[in-house]
Amino acid sequence: MDRYDAIVIGGGHNGLVNGAYLARGGLRTLILEQRHLVGGAAITEELRPGFHFTTFSYALSLLRPQIIHELELPKHGFLPLQMSTRFAPGADGDHLLFTRDHDANLREIIRHSPHDADAYEQYGHDLDRVCQAMKPLLDMAPPDIFSDDPEELVALAALGSRLRSLDKRTLHNAVRLLTGSAADFLDDYFESDLLKGWHASSGIIGSKVGPRSQGSGLVLLFHSLGEHDGSFGTWAFHKGGNGGFTQVLARAAEAFGAEIRLSSPVERVLTRDGEATGVALRDGTEIAADVVVSALDPRRTFLELVEPRELPDDLVEDIRRMKFQGVSSKVNFALDGLPSHPTLGNGPEIYRGFLNIGPSIDYLERAFDAAKYGWYPDAPYIDCAIQSTIDPDMAPPGKHVLSCFVQYTPYHLRESDWDAEREPMADRVQATLERFFPGFGDLVLQREVVTPLDIERTVGLSEGNIFAGEFLAPQMFFFRPAPGWSQYRTPIAGYYQCGSGTHPGGCVMGAPGRNAANRILRDRAPSDN
Amino acid sequence: MIRTTPFHPRTSALNETGLWQHWSGHLVVTRYGASDKFEYFAARNAAGIFDTSPLYKYRIAGRDAERFLAGMLARDIRTCPPGHAHYTTWLDDRGFVLEDGVVQHRSPAEYLLTSAEPNLAWFADRVGRLDVTVEEVSLDIGALAIQGPRSRDLVARLVPAAAELPFFGLTTGAVAGHPVTVSRTGYTGDLGYEVWAEAPDALAVWDAIWDAADGYGILPYGMGALYMMRIEAGLMLLGVDFDSSRFAFNDAHRSTPLELGWRWMFKGLADDDRPFIGRKALEREIAEKTSRWTMVGLVVDWEDYDRVYTAAGLIPPKDHRPVHEDWMVYDDERTRVGYATSFMYSPVLQRHVALARVRPDLAKNGTRVYLEFTVDHHYQQVAAHVARLPLYNPERKTA
Repeated sequence: MDRYDAIVIGGGHNGLVNGAYLARGGLRTLILEQRHLVGGAAITEELRPGFHFTTFSYALSLLRPQIIHELELPKHGFLPLQMSTRFAPGADGDHLLFTRDHDANLREIIRHSPHDADAYEQYGHDLDRVCQAMKPLLDMAPPDIFSDDPEELVALAALGSRLRSLDKRTLHNAVRLLTGSAADFLDDYFESDLLKGWHASSGIIGSKVGPRSQGSGLVLLFHSLGEHDGSFGTWAFHKGGNGGFTQVLARAAEAFGAEIRLSSPVERVLTRDGEATGVALRDGTEIAADVVVSALDPRRTFLELVEPRELPDDLVEDIRRMKFQGVSSKVNFALDGLPSHPTLGNGPEIYRGFLNIGPSIDYLERAFDAAKYGWYPDAPYIDCAIQSTIDPDMAPPGKHVLSCFVQYTPYHLRESDWDAEREPMADRVQATLERFFPGFGDLVLQREVVTPLDIERTVGLSEGNIFAGEFLAPQMFFFRPAPGWSQYRTPIAGYYQCGSGTHPGGCVMGAPGRNAANRILRDRAPSDN
Repeated sequence: MIRTTPFHPRTSALNETGLWQHWSGHLVVTRYGASDKFEYFAARNAAGIFDTSPLYKYRIAGRDAERFLAGMLARDIRTCPPGHAHYTTWLDDRGFVLEDGVVQHRSPAEYLLTSAEPNLAWFADRVGRLDVTVEEVSLDIGALAIQGPRSRDLVARLVPAAAELPFFGLTTGAVAGHPVTVSRTGYTGDLGYEVWAEAPDALAVWDAIWDAADGYGILPYGMGALYMMRIEAGLMLLGVDFDSSRFAFNDAHRSTPLELGWRWMFKGLADDDRPFIGRKALEREIAEKTSRWTMVGLVVDWEDYDRVYTAAGLIPPKDHRPVHEDWMVYDDERTRVGYATSFMYSPVLQRHVALARVRPDLAKNGTRVYLEFTVDHHYQQVAAHVARLPLYNPERKTA
């Protein structure tokens, strides 16, 4: 039987990050991926000659900068291209178009509301302060509040002292975001519906909450925790899409000595006497290892890869009631040219970044209404990016690829299923784009529709939840994925978890993979005593 | 009165910012759109086009042109056959650098030399009895740099011979029916070409290139993006990283070619018996190891950089816009051992980097030094390591 120091189950970005760190730490590491390519939900596929689709995730911001440096990613082709505009079309040709000229952006806001210009500065500053305070928490395992271990108590005290060091306004803003709604938070700053709708969109991505739901503030905050080259809250498009990025990760992992095996789905984790001893592949092959790390979501990590009978009852129950309920779809288009906006035309300079179809909080909330009752809206929220304007290698000359992230499309549909509703849903997306960009339909050469069911089937994310477990307060930090199990260990010795279902959570961030590797390497280090 | 370049009607129409700067008495674009970084990425990831016409250009021709340049230029021009170009430098008799430039060997008895500042008198006054003419042709020629991974395909669509052009190779062709010279040169450290056209043909040439580039993701880039790329490429800028010895008041403002990291230009010096200006001093400097500095790259330690800002309660800035100022460099004992002259955050390297001089004994790759700058109006020293130039050196540049 093959034998490794460590086996990582799942070659998504966290599995790759984890495997790379373990290999860098000296472990003979094997990464097992079920599909024919690495990347998990961060892949790029050429579905039509010359047209490269980011099937699932589609931009980069939350990736922890330490990973870039420690894994020496620039050596392997890491290239986050700047997204230089942000475009929010409103009703009747109205719009907000932001460029990299901050002062010009303020003028653009004044066009809609003079009040909102310096309010926007205040909002940005307040959010930056909160993010600055929160970011260090992303790079550490949450202290175990249920433990009497002196080390944990020290960590808890350090956390308390960090909170105490914040100024009143920052701490209060943090709590307002962590517990409140995105709409309430934005209402405190802005009066422009278009501006509010645009920013509230960050509060709903990937989550079954509307902008007026408590909890959408947390989602907004989470999406603000990223950065591009030190600029907080901004996004980049990796060369070749997020698939290009995970290829870079794979090269880095291999450069550190990790081995990657494709088309190797794992059936179960092998255990003996409460300890992990290796894995069994679906084809029956068994591979031994001292350490087994699951990069899959908590449901698969605890309820499928091992026998729930081997786990404490409360953990099994906590995982069973963990909320997944994916609501996000992707509709990706191959286009014959650039869409035309009624007042701005079709110049590439308006499409060099995200294009946000969510012109007001009411619009977003109405889109959410349908999901509450198990259906999808006529007018969905769409986060678009014409990625070929940023990286021309994504499409043939003069042609384009358009990535559309769509909400709300609940995993559980009332009286139907996604195999039946896939194309009708995509028709509504296309019709919505047609409203904002008349003539859009004539440009469509091909479209790819990815529903929550497809995400689950292809990637393995339960219920198609893109974060491997929703961003709800009871599922975050100390409680992610379950109370007492937020430090990447499991009750089975040698069996660890490193997926987005662990702290700090989803997005192409890599922090779970890195934090888990730190935990594993520390656990294996010779004891100080 | 400020001049405009032969391409001005086109660059002017594309400049959305109204931002211009002066370069050698010409109006040039600072950045065309709101983001110089986006222009930079166009050149690093697809292709960028840059109006480099303000360079000074000299036509040096005649039966003795090679002999003349062999004595004027420090790098041996005799190793540059027709159809090739050299990056070169010229020195004073004390072995200090006057300037650097690219010389094209256009035909057996004809060269075109570019420089950043006027040099006609320097060259013309030293012709003596040789059969050589030195002619200022700066305004007669418009030059466009087309740089980036897609530049080869693009240029070859117009001048097919460009497809096979080696690094620093030279060819001729016609664009829109107008004669051009194409050189595989540039100031970006990337795969790239420069197209040299007669000034009256400039607009037709621009239009043909622009039309050929349609849909290819090409963007015009301005001085902002250029300055970013040249630092990554380890290419010195006169007046920033070094000064001309000719007009310096003291030796602190002078540099030898070895101090600027150009030792590679003199690999064949021992077998090359030509007299050239500065030769004796150069040989003495090599033999006696009297170089005061060595130009190197510095790569700033990211953790240490973040540390000083985080400790001050600040978000560590990662500003891609180059800073052209002297910043001191120290060793482990905090003794001053050099100075940086250009500093930036490099998006492709994901690090703060600098071009710096250090004491030659510290020029080894990986040597730890400390770079000093101010945070909250206080001096801070941040760890960095010495790195070989160019800092960014993609295979495609010479492939």
